[in-house]
Amino acid sequence: MLVFVVKRLANAAMVMLVVAFIAFLIFRFIGDPVNLMVNEQATQADRDELRTRLGLDQPFAVQYIRFVTNAVQGDFGISYRNQQDVMTLIAERFPATLELVLAASILSLAIGVPLGVITAIHRGRWFSEALQFGSILGVSLPSFVIAILLILVFSVTLGWLPAFGRGETVQIGWWSTGLLTESGRRAIVLPAIALASYEITLVMRLVRAEMLEVLRSDFVKFARARGVPRRVIHFRHALRNCLMPVVTMTAMNVGTLIAFALVTETVFQWPGMGLLFIQAVTFADIPVMAAYLCLVSFIFVALNTLVDIVYAVIDPRLRDATA
Amino acid sequence: MSVLRTTLMAGACAVGLVSGLSAETLRWGGGRDINSMDPYSFGSSYTLAFLNHVYEGLVRYDENLQIEPALATGWEILDERTWRFTLREGVTFHNGAPFTADDVLASLTRVTHPTSPLRGNLPAYASAEVVDDHTIDITLTGPYPLLLNDLTNIHIFNAQWLVDNNAELPTDFGAGTESYATFNANGTGPFRALERVPESRTVLEVFDGWWDDAQHNITRIEFTPITSAATRVAALLSGEIDFTEDAPVQDLARLEAAPNVTPLVTSDLRTVFFGFNQNETLHDGRPNAFTDIRVRQAFGHALDLELIHRRIMRGMSRVSGSIVAPEIPGWREDLDVPPAHDPELARSLLQEAGAEGFSFSITCAYNDYVNEEEICNAVIPMLNRAGFDASLDIGPSAIQSQKSSNRQTDVFILGWANLPMLDSFSILTQVMHSLEGTRGVFNWGSWSYPELDALIDAASTELDFDTRIGLQSEALEFVRDNAILMPLHQQPMAWAATDRVSEVLQLGDNKARHWKTRIAE
Repeated sequence: MLVFVVKRLANAAMVMLVVAFIAFLIFRFIGDPVNLMVNEQATQADRDELRTRLGLDQPFAVQYIRFVTNAVQGDFGISYRNQQDVMTLIAERFPATLELVLAASILSLAIGVPLGVITAIHRGRWFSEALQFGSILGVSLPSFVIAILLILVFSVTLGWLPAFGRGETVQIGWWSTGLLTESGRRAIVLPAIALASYEITLVMRLVRAEMLEVLRSDFVKFARARGVPRRVIHFRHALRNCLMPVVTMTAMNVGTLIAFALVTETVFQWPGMGLLFIQAVTFADIPVMAAYLCLVSFIFVALNTLVDIVYAVIDPRLRDATA
Repeated sequence: MSVLRTTLMAGACAVGLVSGLSAETLRWGGGRDINSMDPYSFGSSYTLAFLNHVYEGLVRYDENLQIEPALATGWEILDERTWRFTLREGVTFHNGAPFTADDVLASLTRVTHPTSPLRGNLPAYASAEVVDDHTIDITLTGPYPLLLNDLTNIHIFNAQWLVDNNAELPTDFGAGTESYATFNANGTGPFRALERVPESRTVLEVFDGWWDDAQHNITRIEFTPITSAATRVAALLSGEIDFTEDAPVQDLARLEAAPNVTPLVTSDLRTVFFGFNQNETLHDGRPNAFTDIRVRQAFGHALDLELIHRRIMRGMSRVSGSIVAPEIPGWREDLDVPPAHDPELARSLLQEAGAEGFSFSITCAYNDYVNEEEICNAVIPMLNRAGFDASLDIGPSAIQSQKSSNRQTDVFILGWANLPMLDSFSILTQVMHSLEGTRGVFNWGSWSYPELDALIDAASTELDFDTRIGLQSEALEFVRDNAILMPLHQQPMAWAATDRVSEVLQLGDNKARHWKTRIAE
């Protein structure tokens, strides 16, 4: 068992190294930050000197090894654009992204599940067909279009909700939350809907498919035969049976939502990690990009490794097969 | 329509009420965030323009872009290399410390430190010596006429504050350390920094102890970057922001139609032009026909500048035959005549030079300049109609600027505003001069004209203003006669304000000066 765990961890470390390596390969093609950092009046000598001080003139291998050595010690350097320690920068942005993603996930369950049930039990009725059709919009409209539409309707025309930003935030330890203030809660509504639009459709269609399956099963037929009220059959017995895959998918999709948040955050000027990353890309802010990619891949690798190990604990056959 | 308008206005009012603002808060939505609160940390005109609300220089530009005294009240040239500045008395920093010559010395030392990215803004500085509390001598590396222009953007820190906060040296990216001055500020300007949350907001409040007479009636400025253009427009329409210095040109008609928003459009100092590789070979090693002046002239005759002005810039640019704007000293009216649009002439020039079907690529970025992508796309067929075989090489700015500065382009596009110097010496020394020593950093075409260099070198040490400008005009004439650059236009700049803002000063340097802005009572 110990051998297996060690092997898994070594595997994870290898993946991280490869991710860092690929990230570094990409950085060679995104351009040169130095010209964006100095003034038009700077001389060539000044530019070259700054490049040398940043270590950008070093060969690829040297830059990579230096990065990995520092990163292992938790030092990702300083952002070229914000001149702030990269880890602090990401830690500051992380709460904003996570709150947005959680709000979107909850929203997608709260809307997607009832809609899924309705379209399943009223299959063939005009409104459930209409809902089905409408849900296609959710998947096929790009989220930035939905975001702009929401802004146009709710901010410009109706003036109900703010078009940008996160409102007032409250600091709880190192975590900054916008959920405790009126303006913060108002600010999260539109971005959360925009981000959830895709997820809502996904949940709705999954619930519908599962429900149709379950409604055909024997225990539902028996329940009907016993004269159990329809509502109880649908919502207590049938729905419960199809929630497992929905919950699993929602949990797994948190990662995807963090990735999708990139676009939503840019449109709404939501000060999260996605906005940070996008702006780092346009500025060739290598330390921020490197740290972001490593962090995100770390989250995925850590989860996967954990799951692998847990599986192995549960199922000894896996252990034998891989060990 | 009228119903919609009423709703719109009601919406705007509601937002104003909800956020509970006093009438004197200016909510400023920027096209991007400032990089830092430290003016010396970053070579960005945008950041400097914002920080000018907090920090001031020894001199500044007035409403006609002429230099006027600010923290210095007077100056005299002691000898060719030494300037004596008399400093204003009774000025205090935001933390209450009095302003003295030591502060100037500390600031000049900091900005010219080897790790300062802003060092190039004060190229001639050698040293400074405090004479007394309100007098300081600045020694230069040689005779240099543009010291005052350079000093307009060298913001003055408080010496003791720098020492107390361990920020005497500028932020060093290489060392990977943060600086106190990145998040905190202590200047002498009309506003003091209250709060900075990068990417979210930067808040300034009025500084009552400002030495100058305040013409504004603002008590607080809330600056929020809104990078998405559509969102910025929406925020303006819904009245969530009062002002932006970056109104997207394509949305101006819509802003104009809105009852509560006024777009402010004028032409920028930034002149956009094409430049040619003048090496023996193109970037891919093929022989380069642009070394022949007739081919460069043909390029000029092939362009339809009026069409670009009308269709792409929607009539808001200023077609230019000169590589500097009329406000820039050195500009001359007779140099501001673009070559006639004449594809036939272009074709015959090409034939004469034996370069018909000459194939090359134009290197452009997506949006370094207003409508850059559209301009570059439009130019290609214009050129090809005249017998060139041009193709477009377009990509993100960080990549394209690398190609250009490595001299790996055939034709490049560049915009030059001559900021912060506001003098044609800027473009002449940085773009037109041969690449040698500190000059010609943006000479991306590797040209070298000894005659032109001689004119620029002579101007660089000429202390008499009129003689110097004469030399520079002559240099600009040389550029034009030899078709080294092919100017397009001065690009438009568009600001927009809601009807809460009653007065705002807009100059060609595209810098907001909110110490002149008034909010409607």
